Amino acid sequence: MRPFEYARALDGPDAVARFRPGTMYLGGGTNLVDLMRLGVAEPDHLVDVSRLPFDRVEASDGGLRIGAAVRNSDLAAHPLVRERYPMLARALLAGASGQVRNMATVAGNLLQRTRCPYFQDVTKACNKRVPGSGCPAIPGDHRNHAIIGHSEACVAVHPSDMAVALAALEARVHVTGPDGDRVVPIPGLHRLPGTEPHRDTVLEPGELITTVELPSPPAGSSQYRKVRERASFAFALVSVAAVLDVGGDGTVRGCRLALGGVAHVPWRAERAERALLGAPATEEEFVRAADAELDQARPLPRNGYKVPLSRNLIVRTLRELTP
Amino acid sequence: MAEITVRVNGTEHSLIVDTRLSLLDLLRERLGLTGSKKGCDHGQCGACTVLIDGRRSNACLALAVTCDGLDVTTVEGLGDGDGGLHPLQAAFIEHDAFQCGYCTPGQLCSAAGMLTEPGPSAVTEDLMEDPPLTPAEIRERMSGNLCRCGAYVNIVTAIEGVRR
Ligand SMILES: Cc1cc2nc3c(=O)[nH]c(=O)nc-3n(C[C@H](O)[C@H](O)[C@H](O)COP(=O)(O)OP(=O)(O)OC[C@H]3O[C@@H](n4cnc5c(N)ncnc54)[C@H](O)[C@@H]3O)c2cc1C
Ligand code: SF4
Ligand code: FES
Ligand code: FES
Repeated sequence: MRPFEYARALDGPDAVARFRPGTMYLGGGTNLVDLMRLGVAEPDHLVDVSRLPFDRVEASDGGLRIGAAVRNSDLAAHPLVRERYPMLARALLAGASGQVRNMATVAGNLLQRTRCPYFQDVTKACNKRVPGSGCPAIPGDHRNHAIIGHSEACVAVHPSDMAVALAALEARVHVTGPDGDRVVPIPGLHRLPGTEPHRDTVLEPGELITTVELPSPPAGSSQYRKVRERASFAFALVSVAAVLDVGGDGTVRGCRLALGGVAHVPWRAERAERALLGAPATEEEFVRAADAELDQARPLPRNGYKVPLSRNLIVRTLRELTP
Repeated sequence: MAEITVRVNGTEHSLIVDTRLSLLDLLRERLGLTGSKKGCDHGQCGACTVLIDGRRSNACLALAVTCDGLDVTTVEGLGDGDGGLHPLQAAFIEHDAFQCGYCTPGQLCSAAGMLTEPGPSAVTEDLMEDPPLTPAEIRERMSGNLCRCGAYVNIVTAIEGVRR
């Protein structure tokens, strides 16, 4: 690991004031420390933001304000989250292990980097790690990679479970930085790889996440479902966050669908949502909606399985949510 | 380099550490507490699990500098201090919950932390309840601790005997 200086920030402005080129913010460290050990991240200066006073979960205007330093386990166990945003609690509990969730912060979870094995191996080329060096995943091992929205430069997926639920809940991320404060919505925080796969998100250098705000919960019932290679403690092959609101006449009044494990971003399935609005809440329509979304999928030679897996997961989850 | 003070198993240590040092290496290399094990150094196996301010954590992913002012409990500090075993340690012996023992310190610290954690898990049906620790709940909650010897069956039985 390259030597670095360490400082603990006192508050948001202090953290931002300490930022200079080569600085990285440190949350729980469960991703960053690992990447530093692997030589993938080489900061000269770590500013620890894990003990900042952004550590509360509070009700506000019918919604919820979640401090960026709230630990994943505390958020999942919070009574307001369990009661009003069960899909978020489920997504958090489906991620990582008890130990990692105790350490991991909300901001760090959003900004965790891809688990693409080439990205994590500094002896390999990777456009995300070293722009212009190539993408060995395309001709190589891409079983766990993207089927939608990827580019010739990068086919990696975003690994977060929590972010998928936040995309369906339309969370807003409050950011402070050298140029002031702003609010970035999810979806919208993460970006597709395009020709700049080294940029995971739209955040600028030095921008610090302070709060994640949830609007009031959408009408209907919700669920988070994750398919993985073992029953627990594994990243998603595919996951879905779904909200379904069915009227008394059996037609869909509202629907939100977000997919994990399929794209460089938590993927909001807008085509499927549009296809369902006003349609009868039947299995036939669920299949039609899933197909409307997955028509744009461009699987790679060795991850075609994710297309039927996504379709079946969407259909099964919507069926479960149908009254 | 940085100066830190950490309480480990009740004893305060003031140390100058390289900022790159992990809590796990601090415990093992600097303080001679070799109970906590290094299985993977990536957060994937749980062998390094300790309690930081009472919460189970992967010591391999915690930089020692970030533990300044915090309280750490390792497997060496789980017992009552007079050589008496923690109920989990006794249960592990009684139920033969290990073979090689390499994962055991992490299993013990993880279980000790787990027993104090509120709320549901990924397998809990009703999110609003703090469910009883059935074998299924224990398996899910302990999934961050791998055992290459496959002593899982007896680990679950041992923990079931202690509960919260
Ligand atoms: C073995 C293992 C299994 C895992 N399994 C899963 C899984 O199944 N599902 C899942 O979703 N996740 C999983 N994870 C990933 C885990 O959720 C992330 O590592 C964690 O959420 C990152 O949070 P952190 O606070 O530790 O971030 P850190 O590692 O501290 O930081 C991550 C990034 O965020 C930046 N950052 C941190 N805080 C801020 C802030 N306030 N403002 C701006 N930037 C900030 C850092 O600079 C860094 O770039 C797993 C991790 C491990 C080690
Ligand atoms: S998929 Fe992206 S992260 Fe993986 S090797 Fe290619 S460029 Fe790198
Ligand atoms: S050594 Fe820390 S989790 Fe494996
Ligand atoms: S007893 Fe050998 S690894 Fe668990």
